[in-house]
Order: sequence, then C-alpha cells, then structure tokens
Amino acid sequence: MVHQIYPEKIKSILLLTLFVVAVLMMILVPLPISHPPSQHRNFVIEARQFAYSPAVLWVNPGDTVTIKLVSSDVVHGLYVDGYSVSVKADPGQSKSLTFVADKSGSFRLRCNVACGAMHPFMIGKLEVGFHEWLFRSIGLAMLMTGGIYFNVRKNNKQAL
Amino acid sequence: MTKIDITQNQILKKLLKGRYLQAALQIVMLMGFVFTILAGFLGTPVGSHNFGLIFVWIAWWALLILMIVPFFGRGWCAICPIPLVGEWLQRGAILDPLPKRPPFIPRRISRIFRNIWLQNIFFIVLALSSSVLLTTPKSTAFVLSGMFVTAILLTFLFERRAFCRFLCPVGGFIGLYSQFAPLELRVKNKKICSTCREKPCYNGSSLGFGCPWDSFPTALRKNSYCGFCMECLRTCPNENIAVNIRPFASDLNTPLRRVDEAFKAFIMVGSAVVYAAVFLGPWANLKDAAYSIGSLAWFVYSLGFLLITVVLLPGLFWVSSRYMQRYETRQQMGKTEFAALSTTVIPLGLMFWIAFTLSFSMTNVSYILVTLSDPLGLGWNLFGTANIAWQPILTSLLPYLQTVILLSGLVWSARIAQKITEPMGVSAFPIIAYGFGVTSFMMWLLL
Repeated sequence: MVHQIYPEKIKSILLLTLFVVAVLMMILVPLPISHPPSQHRNFVIEARQFAYSPAVLWVNPGDTVTIKLVSSDVVHGLYVDGYSVSVKADPGQSKSLTFVADKSGSFRLRCNVACGAMHPFMIGKLEVGFHEWLFRSIGLAMLMTGGIYFNVRKNNKQAL
Repeated sequence: MTKIDITQNQILKKLLKGRYLQAALQIVMLMGFVFTILAGFLGTPVGSHNFGLIFVWIAWWALLILMIVPFFGRGWCAICPIPLVGEWLQRGAILDPLPKRPPFIPRRISRIFRNIWLQNIFFIVLALSSSVLLTTPKSTAFVLSGMFVTAILLTFLFERRAFCRFLCPVGGFIGLYSQFAPLELRVKNKKICSTCREKPCYNGSSLGFGCPWDSFPTALRKNSYCGFCMECLRTCPNENIAVNIRPFASDLNTPLRRVDEAFKAFIMVGSAVVYAAVFLGPWANLKDAAYSIGSLAWFVYSLGFLLITVVLLPGLFWVSSRYMQRYETRQQMGKTEFAALSTTVIPLGLMFWIAFTLSFSMTNVSYILVTLSDPLGLGWNLFGTANIAWQPILTSLLPYLQTVILLSGLVWSARIAQKITEPMGVSAFPIIAYGFGVTSFMMWLLL
C-alpha cells in the first residue's frame, strides 16, 4: 500500500512543481522579439468631443515620440497612462509633447481636461512594441485552465 | 472550513436583532440619496463636477462591486434607501410593527412575474442608455427618482418588497453575485421549522415583519433572495436563525435551476464586455453611437448589444453544452441542464465587472475629492479639495491586477464546471474552453 501511494505523491509534487515553473516562465522569460533601431516618431492627433484621431499610435520601444495635439472644438488634454506625461490644447490651437517610449505594452491616452459629458471615456491607445503582457496573460489563462482540467480528469480516473 | 455563526456573539446578535443601527444607516442613506437626486437636478451639468453623478457611478458603484457584493452579498439591500419610504407606508410603521392592522393590504404579485425576467429587461434598458446615464447628472437623478417612485407605487399594489424582488435592475445582479459572499443567513435546524406552526419569519409577529423578500428562511439554499434585513432573526421564536461566515462562493456548489437566472448571468457577462469596449476602448464611432440615444447609430448599437448579451453569448454556451452532450452521452440539452451549466458563467461575470470597475474607478477617483468640496459645482470649497487636478492612481499596476482578477474568475469557473459536470457524467472541456475564449477577449479589451 505504502509502496503504491509513495510514487503517486512524488508524481503529484513533481507535476505541481512543473506547473509552478511553467507559470513563472510564462510571466518572466523574455520573449525572443527583436525591435528595429529606435527613431524619432512624430504624430499629429486631432482631438474632438470625445475622440482622438488617430485613436491608436504604434511605436517601437526606445522611440522618441512627439505628439502634436490639435483641438478642433473645446479645450482637450492628452495624458499617457504609464508614462504620466500630458499636454493640453486650446480650441483651434496645438501643443506638443515629447517623451521616450521606453516601456513596452499598451497604454491608454486619456483626456485630462473636462471637455463634456463623455469626457471620462475619451480614450486613445499607445501601443509600444509587442503587447507582451496580453500574450503572457492569455498564456497564463491557458496554462491554468489546462492544469485544472487535466488534474481533475486524472483524479476522476483514479476514483474510477 | 466550517461555518461560524456570528449570532453566537451576544453583542453582534444584539446589534443585528435591534432596529436602531439598521434604521440609522437607512436614514443616512436616504438623506444621501435625496441629496444625490437634488445635486443631479440642481447642480452643475458637468458630470465630473457633480456630486450626484460622481458619488453614484464612481464611489458607490466601486464600493458595491469591489467590496459590498463580494464580501457582504445583499448587504447593500439591507440599507438601500429606494424601497424605504414605500415599506414604511405599506407597514404603517417605521420601526416595530404596530398592534393595529396596516392601512391597506396589498395583493400577491402574479405568478407570471415571480421571476427575474423583468429585472433582466429593466437592466438591459438602463444598460442601453448607460452612456448618457453615466455622464449626465440629470439622467442619473431622473432614473434614481423614477426607481424611488416606482418602489413606492408598487408597495401600494403588491405585498412585501415587490420592486426589490422582481424589478430592481441593481438587485438582480446583486442577487446573482451575492452567491459569492462569505456571509449567509440560514436556519440552524430545519426540523425545528417544520414543527413551527405560526411561521412568524414569513407571516410576521409583534416582534417583527414577515420576510419582505417573500422567502421562507427554511427554504433558503442560496443568498440570491435574502436581503439580510434580519426580520426573521427578530421574529423567530425558536432562535433558529443563524448568520454564518462561510467559505467564498459556497452557493455556487448548488447549480442554478432557472433560465431567467441563467440569462442574468449571460447579460452581466455581455454587458461587461460591451462596456469595456465602449468606455475603455479607443473606438470613437462606438462611443458616439452609444451616446446618441434615439439615432440610427444607437439602434444599431442596441441591436449589437442585444445580439451579444442575449443571443451570441448564451448561444455559444448552448452550442458548447450540446457539443459535450452529443459526444459523451448523446442526451438532449434541456433547460434545466442549460441553467445548471450556466452557473459556471457567474464567476466570470463578477470578475469581469471587478476588472472593468477597477479601471474606471482608479482613473476617476480624484473627482470624488473635488465633488466633496463642491458638490453642486457652484464654486464652493468646503474641504479645500475643490481644485485638485485630475490624477489617475496606480494605473501602471492596473493591467497586472486585472490579469490576476480575470484569471481567478476563469479558474473559479473551471472548478465549478468540473464539479457540475462530474455528476452529469459529461466532459467539462467545452465549457472551460468557452470561459477561456470569453476571458481572452476581455483581456484583449482591458489590458
């Protein structure tokens, strides 16, 4: 009896360790992605109630980004989540903002001047390189659900 | 983990049985509610500077979704101000029951309406107008006062809390997600109830009122239809009511039985997905369509909303369920099985809502301080915080928090799927794959 249970326990501990290692790898292991050399990127964003145009900007990590914000109706702002930099533009005028996009991922652009009813939801996006965290999150979801599914299936088979 | 009955503690029992603490909280909430409506109608039309709008949709909503529902279930319903005045009028009393009969005897609501379909419909109607509701103080005030008046009118027509039980759009999803709460009200010993002839917990007595939620405590299997009002604790002559601390999500071990409840679960998941796209996405056309109520674009948006929430999500789920049935047992997928399997959607929905709420509450929390100092937007500065600049908090941590939250919902859902499908003798794989697909889509929208 002891002889049978002992290897099962070792197997369970090994599987759990493997699972934890897989989760950690999914979170931490750097992905083999190469980025083109950094450059200076210029964008002109037109702000109107309650939208930016273009709404999504794509840059590479390390790029120096200059955003010229042009407001076409009321005073608008542009705040970059994750970088905590912002700029404001009066109607019919433009203001510029320059920063180095040194963090990868997806960052929301938000209007930081109350500009009307839908102001809190006036949102754009800055995509810096490959959206690693999204793919890691989906990978984690796959790992965890797979882990639960196969673990319970194994237990069910043992019960039978 | 075993359950712990907190009424064993005499101080807590006294607090829960007594009416004064609850009444005091209810009156404070009622005053806040009336002020919120007044601020909505009379204050500034700029939503981000209006107390009514900010306190309802940022402060209260965040508290409700992030704290109250997951930890206290229907705890909010116990102090909600909306049914309060109607209930006082119906009972003819504010605190204890009076010896004389109430001024009028309302009828029992018809059997056709004794479900949560009306709550589902009312929720969808509000959800379709949410872009205006969430951003225009007058709309928020109008809807709140409408709910208040409706609750009062229904107490004249129907017995008990008909509005809360069958119509309130908020109560519907609080009931659904209250199954998570580590708190429950249950009878200690069902045998004692079977020998109790008067049933004062349901019919009322001189010590308290009959259950306002039209529930027999002895029949409670889930938190969904218990409003934590504590009337049964007051009226039970046998001290047979317990308020237990229990493991999280205990109710989800008992599958759903009704299709209206199953649809509520899908409507909540679908709404969270659509809201994440409209309010947190960069798509201007979608925002414009959601905001311009009555326009052609809004009708198209509404059609899309309905297709996603009541057709696509439950339809895909049904197909997944059928798939696993056909290949495993070759049985028909009936309403009962569909409802039971839909229990797996509940953790997904709650976690979607928590992740979505975190996103907009963390970015707009600074408005709370502004409106505290200048609730009507009239240039006051009561606490010196009226001119604080908008500042989001911890948004760089947000994607990591949201991933953890969404993953926990998915894992929870997978575990429930395993538990429910095991006795049915079918594979949980299609249901788990469905949860994985919907969660991945939500991750794409939020992260």
